[in-house]
Amino acid sequence: MDDLYREIILDHYQNPRKKGKLEPADIDYAEDNPVCGDHIHLTLQIDENDVVKAVGWEGEGCAISQASASMLYETLVSKSLDEIRTIGKDDVLEMLGIPLSPVRLKCALLSLKVLKAGAYGLTAWPGEEED
Amino acid sequence: MKSDYSTPLDVDAIRADFPILHQEVRPGVPLVYLDNAASSQKPLAVIETISDYYSRYNANVHRGIHKLSEAATDAYESARRRIQAFINAASFREIIFTRNTTESINLVAQSWGRSNLEPGDLIVSTEMEHHSNIVPWQMLAGQTGAVLKFVPIAEGGILDLDVYHQLLEEGPKLVTFTEMSNVMGTIPPAREMIEAAHAVGAVVHVDGAQSVPHMPVDVQALDADFLSFSSHKMCGPTGVGVLYGKREILEAMPPFLGGGDMIKRVELGQSQWNDLPYKFEAGTPAIGEVIGLGAAVDYLGAIGMDKVHQHEQAVTKYALDRLSEVGGVRVLGPEDVSIKGGAVAMVLDCAHPHDVAQVLDHHGIATRAGHHCAMPLHQHCNVVASTRASFYLYNTFEEVDRLIDGLYKVKELFAR
Ligand SMILES: Cc1ncc(COP(=O)(O)O)c(C=O)c1O
Repeated sequence: MDDLYREIILDHYQNPRKKGKLEPADIDYAEDNPVCGDHIHLTLQIDENDVVKAVGWEGEGCAISQASASMLYETLVSKSLDEIRTIGKDDVLEMLGIPLSPVRLKCALLSLKVLKAGAYGLTAWPGEEED
Repeated sequence: MKSDYSTPLDVDAIRADFPILHQEVRPGVPLVYLDNAASSQKPLAVIETISDYYSRYNANVHRGIHKLSEAATDAYESARRRIQAFINAASFREIIFTRNTTESINLVAQSWGRSNLEPGDLIVSTEMEHHSNIVPWQMLAGQTGAVLKFVPIAEGGILDLDVYHQLLEEGPKLVTFTEMSNVMGTIPPAREMIEAAHAVGAVVHVDGAQSVPHMPVDVQALDADFLSFSSHKMCGPTGVGVLYGKREILEAMPPFLGGGDMIKRVELGQSQWNDLPYKFEAGTPAIGEVIGLGAAVDYLGAIGMDKVHQHEQAVTKYALDRLSEVGGVRVLGPEDVSIKGGAVAMVLDCAHPHDVAQVLDHHGIATRAGHHCAMPLHQHCNVVASTRASFYLYNTFEEVDRLIDGLYKVKELFAR
């Protein structure tokens, strides 16, 4: 259990970083995980050099999905959109650092899916792009 | 405390019949299986019956003039008659084998529905249904122009019968509802609802996916026109379901699927349909599974469905009482076990339903988290999901204690 709900995950779940919706936003995108009802709504402000200026997000759902959003989105400020493109499934899983069953994988990756869909319209689940 | 809750079953003896229950999910952590509303476990009698079929007399039914085919046909048709007796149907011709409840409902919608409904006709379902008792009717409404309306859920997780009676005044052609909610366990007053529907000339379909496995169901006493249920939720194998239908209604319906076995005679221009129930059993059926379901109803029948129901009421009552001690737990639906089967869906203040199920799983307790294929019901309850524990004849009071201990672990972890 200490594996699945590591201290850092519970911490991000209970004290999520960068919570709140930006207005206006250059990128504004929301999606649900239909299986669980997890919901993530991401807003980003981008400067003229395509670099993330500010991040705000809202969401509800299980600890894994919400902690994943908090941990991932916290790292976005001052990253360029090109850098964001290089973030992959494995980066998120490494950041979470816990073993996940296939069902919970979707919870963990919803944050990245929302980021990629919002930033450049990619609609596949991370890791399933080739399917 | 547990002595206040008495069961008519010898649960230890029953558990000995289910090999799968005697395992540890991890060293030192025995399995507590509380996902019975999704699918039940199978007793050895069922497993051996299926193995015996494949080991000794596997062959196609109804057409072979050889010993194995005759043995398979006899066993297949004998199972049909035992299932007929199990729900007290008037004739074996009223028992149609399908793949599952979902297919049974689609059969009614596509065969009866498409040949009986016209634009503007009313179908009445309820907000409490499994998606399989909603979506086929939505599809039918789209195909025929019929209108679909829903009986809402009232305070306490029961159907709003006032609205039900108002909808009946609009003269529906078909009424369909579940005899036991798979989420809240609610058992509506099916007999009275059917009588009232008949009084306005409606045909009634009952979703028996949860009721038939867990309580006595007598289709003649109920006077249902159709009843659907699944083998896999009642100690039988997956891959087989049953549609019961009143003979005169089934006789008037066109076939659902076309192919072999469902015809008497085929010419290139036209075909003549076979007699009931074969008219609705196109193609090779799930022979071994039907025979397995026959063994399952023998098993349940020998124990007695009234006792199964009483046992589950006792375990459910114990679970509800103990859950009320935990604090911060909201149970969806009725708390009176005289109108509630053994499905207990809950939401914890401190943790998301998936996290609850995950922590419970870590302690060996199999529950289910999500919307349980009942999204409208969850919308009614203002939650996206719930964690559901659902009981069967082999669950014990001690297993309820394990569940409660698990919930305290969840609270420890999340309510910091
Ligand atoms: C009330 C109810 N109806 C229908 C179904 C669908 O059963 P099946 O998936 O076997 O077709 C279920 C199964 O969860 C159920 O609980």
